[in-house]
Amino acid sequence: MRRILPLALLMMMFAAAAHADDAAAQRLRALAANCAGCHGTDGRAPRDSLVPGLAGMPASYFTAQIKAFQTGARQGTLMPQLAKGYNDAQVKALAAYFAAQKQGGKP
Amino acid sequence: MRRRELLLGAAALPMVRARAAAPARVVVVGGGYGGATAAKYLRLFSGGAIEVVLVEPEEAFVSCPMSNLVLAGRWQMSDITRSLQGLTSRHGVRIVRDRATAIDVERRQLRLARGDAIAYDKLILSPGIDMNWSEVEGLEAARSRVLQAWKAGPETAALRRQLEAMPDGGVFAIAIPEAPYRCPPGPYERACLVADWMREAKPKAKLLILDANPDVTSKGPLFKKVWAEQHAGRIEYRPQNKLTAIDGDTLKFEFADDVHADVINALPPMRAGAIAVDAGLANSNGRWCQVKYQNFASTAAPHIHVIGDAIQIANAMPKSGHMANAQAKVAAAAITAELSGMEIDPAPMLMNTCYSFTDARNAVHVASVHEYVAAEATFKPVAGAGGLSAAPNELEARYAFNWARTIWDDVLG
Repeated sequence: MRRILPLALLMMMFAAAAHADDAAAQRLRALAANCAGCHGTDGRAPRDSLVPGLAGMPASYFTAQIKAFQTGARQGTLMPQLAKGYNDAQVKALAAYFAAQKQGGKP
Repeated sequence: MRRRELLLGAAALPMVRARAAAPARVVVVGGGYGGATAAKYLRLFSGGAIEVVLVEPEEAFVSCPMSNLVLAGRWQMSDITRSLQGLTSRHGVRIVRDRATAIDVERRQLRLARGDAIAYDKLILSPGIDMNWSEVEGLEAARSRVLQAWKAGPETAALRRQLEAMPDGGVFAIAIPEAPYRCPPGPYERACLVADWMREAKPKAKLLILDANPDVTSKGPLFKKVWAEQHAGRIEYRPQNKLTAIDGDTLKFEFADDVHADVINALPPMRAGAIAVDAGLANSNGRWCQVKYQNFASTAAPHIHVIGDAIQIANAMPKSGHMANAQAKVAAAAITAELSGMEIDPAPMLMNTCYSFTDARNAVHVASVHEYVAAEATFKPVAGAGGLSAAPNELEARYAFNWARTIWDDVLG
């Protein structure tokens, strides 16, 4: 019993943690879906799009561009206004999400 | 590919549901910006583990955004029409081409005009708008002649033909209802684009904007500058003209003088699409559907979510196609989480982008970001974010075309 209980607890904790990870991943995917209207589903823009696809964009580049839009260092039409709607934690999470997406093809 | 997705999805997301011994089923009513997006993203978010049925009577998706280009003769109907079939071939959505007529809330069944009722675990309604005909005397009786063209489709093409047939020197009247209505800047964009066409094709024609509101409801300074600088003597804007009756070629108003016009585009007050009203879900003045904004669940009935133009809007939330697309993703994520036994997102976000053409080559935008504020159980615009164009410009017209192509892929592809 003394040997089984810690194992069972560990498994339960692992399951709960995995579930929490799933929930966090799903929320991030939904947050990233906000960008899809203009940048394509999961950041895959149509071929010859005037706005860049975000899929596969290096996270450091994504974060730097959003920061530049927020501060006004980079000019634009919509993006300086939209970038100000997201906090640092959201930008960091979005950067990681899009960096991990495959470029090209339909989802 | 689909089989692999199904297996992966089933492994990743154990489903909790009412209908035993079958995959959880979500039925979506309406194949527009809201409904088609919801159907696709339910499949994406669940890894294919949720069965999705989309009920839509029309064969194809016809976009309201960009449809004023058709009215002005710049685009054809085929330019704003897209197939719904990619939802099936790429995402495994089952499309039932039928009209939803009623909801059996107790048995969780959607009744159809022709086919058998469909059982659901969750129902998403994205029924768009219908007209409150009774608020303008004589309008419903005049429907074959006095058009709205506020649901893109046959009326868009028919109103275009009326404008082409109008004599040079004729009058085109656009009557706008009190807000809220579908697409706040839409009537003003329509005026800009039609006047831009008139300048070339019918230089003696006049365009009257008869607005029930005290002022232009969206992008006001931008539109009024265009009218003053490019259409002085062509466009006349009259605020506080609330349309009460149509009698032949005459528009009658609550307090203003009668207007005679050769072509009348009369928009009456609007409300949620018929299925939502008939099912008793339009619990805000009998017009719009109140929802819990965190997941767009109806406040009137369980297991039903309402998205898009049919809802009672939160502060500064426009009734737009882009907003319906964004709401659909929040609802799809929340339903996927709930059916998987996960807590739904405590802080969802929405974004809106809306371009309006000021002529065939120039456009302006309004954009906003909305965050869910749990303490007040509503969405609020994020302070300091969002805004408008400084002036009409050609770059944003090109972005507007790019936006349409991209969001249609996001909705349907």
